[in-house]
Amino acid sequence: MSASVIFTSLTKTFGINCQIFFVTLLFALPLGLIISFGSMSRFAPLRAIVKTFVWIIRGTPLMLQIIVIFYGPGLLWDGDLLPRLTAVCVAFIINYACYFSEIYRGGIQSIPRGQYEAGQVLGMTKSQIFFKVTLLQVIKRVIPPMGNEFMTLIKDTALANVIATKEIIMMSKEYATKGLIWPLFSTALFFLLFCGILTLLFGWLEKKMDYFRV
Amino acid sequence: MPILEVQNINKSFGSTKVLNDISFSLERGKALAIIGSSGSGKTTLLRCLNFLETPNAGRIIVNGETLFDAADHSSKSDEEIRKRRLHFGMVFQSFNLFPQYTALENVMLASLLLAKERPDYKQNKRAIHEEIEHHAIELLSQMSLEGRMSHYPHQLSGGQQQRVAIARALALHPDILCFDEPTSALDPELTGEVLKVIRSLADQHTTMIIVTHEMAFARDVADHILFMDGGVIVEQGTPTELFENTQNERTKAFLSRFSQNN
Ligand SMILES: Nc1ncnc2c1ncn2[C@@H]1O[C@H](COP(=O)(O)OP(=O)(O)O)[C@@H](O)[C@H]1O
Ligand SMILES: [Mg+2]
Repeated sequence: MSASVIFTSLTKTFGINCQIFFVTLLFALPLGLIISFGSMSRFAPLRAIVKTFVWIIRGTPLMLQIIVIFYGPGLLWDGDLLPRLTAVCVAFIINYACYFSEIYRGGIQSIPRGQYEAGQVLGMTKSQIFFKVTLLQVIKRVIPPMGNEFMTLIKDTALANVIATKEIIMMSKEYATKGLIWPLFSTALFFLLFCGILTLLFGWLEKKMDYFRV
Repeated sequence: MPILEVQNINKSFGSTKVLNDISFSLERGKALAIIGSSGSGKTTLLRCLNFLETPNAGRIIVNGETLFDAADHSSKSDEEIRKRRLHFGMVFQSFNLFPQYTALENVMLASLLLAKERPDYKQNKRAIHEEIEHHAIELLSQMSLEGRMSHYPHQLSGGQQQRVAIARALALHPDILCFDEPTSALDPELTGEVLKVIRSLADQHTTMIIVTHEMAFARDVADHILFMDGGVIVEQGTPTELFENTQNERTKAFLSRFSQNN
């Protein structure tokens, strides 16, 4: 088998990793915001439920969560299995939404109370204060930790192979069982390139936000 | 008729009573100074006037209109409270400028948002915007900040930031402007420039309530002075009455402590 054929198939399967990455972000970024509002709710029972949920998700391995979501329905109520990729995405979305929610919560709670009060005494509505005063400050504060999470996410997508989703590591392991070991090591290049782009992107974003201090 | 009447305000946090039966009134165009040691309830009083705290009892009346009455249990919508707040302006000890906006944008922001509620906003958008900008520039110039309009807060000194905050509060034409220790967070060499603009506002007969530890300034600028201690108004009067003809022992003790320190 020629190297170029192998490289093409690795590139193709890395597409699955990218797909998990982008689908997770698309749903987990907004879901995380909702969860963070729940974890800061003034209604104590809701706060307790949300915090317990976040604790369970952050306190157990993502690999285990993927397995539970994939095999759980079949084991528990004889339900149909989700397609493998869907199960992986659901697990990733729930897991990452919980991590994002903690980042949002940290960002929101770090805004000094005086910012809200200054908006209030100037006759602004709650939503005006959120969108015109605090949002950009929160964004500036969450960009660096989000950058870390994005990097972890692309590398975590390799976990999808635990339920035999054909992503890049799975693919390269198939070559390894046939006695070809270099494809497995070369997958590092894909992740390095992806993380390099993320680093540049986040560096650019941080620079964009450099015109003010929080 | 006084522009502001505060009647029997009480405020407790849990079981600690912070304001105990506070009553006073203020005439239009006059400056009222509030002095008293730390923890005596001065900030809480200003926060009650600005609806940042809700008193447990009492009334707040502005221009004959009852803005707050603790005995009136009909619930107030956020919208009503928001409108009532606009009678008061507030200058905080810690400035609280919005860091992502320039000095000029800080001053314009609230006016622009309020203008959106005007029925003619859509047709006259540009003219309204220009009018607001013009007014903001005028206010910043009045604060001697001509050259600092497009600076962000972190590029300004504390004294400059506080002057932007004063312009921001004035932009909404409040009936009564409140200052909560406006120079306490400043280095000593920067207090002068802030006191100077407050003095000039007093000369223009801006109605003001100034909480301050600057005794000489209070004596000089205020028309009337309240001395608070332990959540009550212990003594009040003109600067001459309070400083030269002090009646109460607690006031005497407070003032002598101050003259020793300074
Ligand atoms: N949100 C609050 N919760 C509980 N106690 C408070 C709160 N705000 C102020 N206090 C208490 O009320 C008292 C008066 O505080 P404050 O109005 O800030 O006094 P001053 O401005 O004169 O120093 C203090 O004892 C303070 O600890
Ligand atoms: Mg205070």
